[in-house]
Order: sequence, then structure tokens, then C-alpha cells
Amino acid sequence: MKEIVVLSGKGGTGKTSITAGFAALGARHLVLADCDVDAADMHLLTAPKIQTEEDFYSGKTAKVITEGCVHCFKCMDVCHFDAVLHIDGEFVIDPLECEGCSYCYHVCPTNTIEMLPRLAGKFYISKTRFENTLVHARLGIAADNSGKLVTKVREEAKKIAEEQKLDYVLVDASPGIGCPVVASLTGANFVVLITELTVSGFHDLSRVNELIEKLNLKSGCIINKADINNKMSAKIKAFLESKNIELLCEIPYDIRFTEAISLGKTIVEYDDGILKEKIITVWEKVKKLVSK
Amino acid sequence: MQIAIASGKGGTGKTTLAVNLAMLLSEKFAGTGQKVLLTDMDVEEPNSGLFLNGELIDEEVKYRLVPEWIEDKCTLCKRCANICEYNALAFLGISVMIFPELCHSCYACSDLCPEDALPMVKHRMGMTKRYRLNANLHFMESRIDIGVEQATPLIEQTRKFITENYDKSWFTILDAPPGTSCPVMEAVKDADLVVLITEPTPFGFHDLKLAIDTMKELKKKYAVVINKYGIGNDNVLSYCQNEKIPVIGKIPHLMEAAKLYSKGKIMIDKLPEIKKEMEKIYSGICKLTEEKA
Repeated sequence: MKEIVVLSGKGGTGKTSITAGFAALGARHLVLADCDVDAADMHLLTAPKIQTEEDFYSGKTAKVITEGCVHCFKCMDVCHFDAVLHIDGEFVIDPLECEGCSYCYHVCPTNTIEMLPRLAGKFYISKTRFENTLVHARLGIAADNSGKLVTKVREEAKKIAEEQKLDYVLVDASPGIGCPVVASLTGANFVVLITELTVSGFHDLSRVNELIEKLNLKSGCIINKADINNKMSAKIKAFLESKNIELLCEIPYDIRFTEAISLGKTIVEYDDGILKEKIITVWEKVKKLVSK
Repeated sequence: MQIAIASGKGGTGKTTLAVNLAMLLSEKFAGTGQKVLLTDMDVEEPNSGLFLNGELIDEEVKYRLVPEWIEDKCTLCKRCANICEYNALAFLGISVMIFPELCHSCYACSDLCPEDALPMVKHRMGMTKRYRLNANLHFMESRIDIGVEQATPLIEQTRKFITENYDKSWFTILDAPPGTSCPVMEAVKDADLVVLITEPTPFGFHDLKLAIDTMKELKKKYAVVINKYGIGNDNVLSYCQNEKIPVIGKIPHLMEAAKLYSKGKIMIDKLPEIKKEMEKIYSGICKLTEEKA
């Protein structure tokens, strides 16, 4: 079983469109993991039927028990997150600010603070219309994306792939380079970078590439919207060569990607020409590279 | 006045709106004494600076505090590891390992150590730079170092720096990170209005609804701008109309705009239809925050 992570640094470069294309092609041979738990979109193209749904708890939140509190203000004094408020003569914890560190709990002389498990979001296992299993999640509104829910999605996908002896776990990661991205990359066998020919696309690609170099991961790169800026094309290709990253394919800017999304379809279903062909070719390439 | 430009989905046009609006306002306010500050709060992947040229005012390395283990003082009582909720401290035989990327800087281990063996010390997060773009326009960006996992502490320091150094007379525009969780929440905390920019596709629509939920939870005033208007479908617009959410701008989908963006160029001086829309967005902001346009 091999884990393939689709990554871009910058948002809106086509991660989900291209990953969904791979998912349609890989069908039963892979488990799909939507690790962008903050703004998950994979379900919009794969029409999953939810099979398992569970609450995901991560970390803690403090709660003040009013009865017995002697108003010593210690909890408020020690909190570094300004999460303890004193309203109308009573202590209240602001759950949006509380980081669950338990410092207040440890210093409370009357044991009138309790630490409760924090509901961080929802977690789902579904079957897509391509008959692959999709593991996905929904981070709670205004919740903390520390990467724990991402890790849960990735690990669950891996477990299912191992149990069913499937070939691949295909991970759609979130934009950025912080905790959720690092959590998506743990255990990856191959990274598919997607960039676009813009100054931001290049800037973000080079930052995310530094991260995968640090983690010592193998990667290849897809250039999307590849006809928008010829100068940038030469620049990015030179960069890929200097970093020894294989250029997997170049996909032209094409409104058909948007049209496909608007119909809830993947590009390999909607297009019957060059785009479909490109996605098929690149998916075959990725499969070869990951098993090397 | 402070406005934040945010979006659930990435790549919908936050940076385009932030830099073009800042340039427009700088031009508009010339000679009036009104000043503009643009700040890139997407510390993981800051892009606004790619569109701007200016003179560096100052730069500063940013730190947060994490515990450091003083071996000589430690009696190996393990209180710190038992207290830490983030597994940021581990005992390996007779030594203590500290994992700064897991540490939330809560100070509990440090303050509660009976031997004072865990003083808080500086841990580098990244850099903040400030530029003067022209007489009435400042630009600031913060970026985390590669390998630093927590974005929120640097966003918080940047937000506080603005409060301390730029009073309310500045028209402040924040380019927020994508998503709906803690980094965005931290970035928009002081904003008088959050402008949510989206694209009229099912992805844009879905993530806009998530972003709206977050703004409601934070009790923030918000408005919507539709970018790449003309592609996709009308669902975003009809949803906003039904929910009575103000749509203060529709930036047309233009191939020429995409090309300018790809080169890192400002659009308002080249594309009058984009400039007109930026003017509309500005008057929409003024109307919602009740400032004179």
C-alpha cells in the first residue's frame, strides 16, 4: 500500500479537481482521504454515501464550577490566552480562546474548574460513486485545526486500505505549510505538487517544496493553467530541474474544469479529449513513480 | 477603520482584492492626510508582497516563548510531563526532551516546576517586514519559517503590532489566510468588517457558507464579494440575496486580469472595469461601516 499526497501551498491551483480525477480513475483500488478538513470539497464531486459518522474529540476546554469558587482570581491570573472572563461577579471561560492547557485547573485551590473533552468536529467514512472509500471530516465551526483531525482522517484511510489490501491511499491536502499540511504529509510515499503559472503559485511552491525537502519526501509536479504566462513557465521548469523534481504534466487553463465542477463531475467524466487524456497519463506516471 | 479580506476556499482572490483596493485607496486619499496600511496575515504563504514595491522601513525576527530544560536543577519529578496537555515534554531515561512545535506557550510546566528547571526562552517563529510604498501607504508582512507548524501565534503578534502602532485613523486592510479555523479567526479579530471573497462555483459556494458560519460564531459583521463573476452559476448570488447578505462587488472574470495576476501586476491602472468594481467595493465598505466615502 502506498500513500500519495496532493499538495500545492497556494489554494485554488486545482488540487481537488485533479485528485477527484485520479479517484475516478483509481476507483476500487484506492482509498481517498480529504485532509482539507477546514474547507473540504471532495464530497462535492464524488457524491459519497455516508456509512459511518462519528464525533471527533480532541483536547480539552476548561469550565468553571460556580459553587465552591472563592473568587481568588488565580485562574484568571495564570491564563496566557485571556480565556478566563469575570462577568457579573462570576468566572466564565471563553471557549473560543481556551487552549485547554489546564493551567487554571492545576492552580485552582478549591477544585472548581473541570476540564472537559472538546468536540473538534465530525468524522465520516463514505462510499463514493466511483466505489472508492472516502474518509473525510468537518472541523467544528471556529475550531482549532491542530492537525489532529487530519491525522485521524489519514490514519483511518490507511487502516482501511491495509485491511482491504488496496494499492493506494490518495490524500487531498489543505493549502499552506503549517500543522494541517505537516499532518497530511506524515507517512507519504510520494507527493504530487500542483502549481499554477503565477508569481504566487511559484512563491508558494518553493515554500512548500522546502518543507517536503525537510521531510525528505519524493515528489513530482503538475503545472496547471500552463499557458497563462510563458516567462513563468520557463522559471518554474528551471526550478523543478534544479530541485530534481519530475515535471509530471502541463495542463492548459481550461474553463471545462469549472464547467465540470458546476455539474458535480470530475474532469475525466466531463471531458473526452485532451484534458481526460492528460489526467490518465499523469495518474499512470504517478503510480509508476510511487512504486519505484 | 480595519477591514479583513477572508475566504473559506483558497485561490478565490483575497490577495487580488487586498492589493488592488489598497492601491486604489492610496491614490484616492492622496493629499487628504488619510493613510492606508495593507498587512498580509497569511503567514504560511504570504503573497501580497509579490505585487508591491517599496522601501523597507524595518524588519524584525519574531519569537514566542517555550520552556528550556535546565538539567542541573531538575530532580526528574515528572510534574511537567504530567501537566502538559500537548505532549510537548517527554522523559527519555534521565533527560527531558522538549518539542517546541507541540508547545502552546501556556507556561504551566515552567511556572509549576518546583525546581525552576524550565525557564521560558525565545523560540524563533519567523519574520515581520514593513515597507513604505508611497507617501500614504504602508505594507507589512509576516511569514513563518519553514518547519514552524503553528501559524496562529505569529498572526496574533502581527495583529497586536497593528493595534500598538497604527491608530484607528489608518485605513487598514488585512489579507487573511484561507480556511475557517484558528488562523483566520485570529487574523480577523480586530476587524470592523470582514469581506468574504468567493468564486461562483460549487467549491466557492460551499466554502463561503463555512466562512459565513465562522463569522457568525465570531459575531463579526461581514459582506461578500464575488470574484471571477461570469463563470460557474448564480447560486452564490441568489443565496446571498435570500439570506440578505450584502454583495458589495462582482469582479468580472477576465483573461487579461488572470494574466496580470500571473505576472504580479496591479490591475486597477490597466483594467477600468476592475477599477470600477474596486470603487464599488470601497463604497460598500463605507456604507456598512458608516464612514463617509
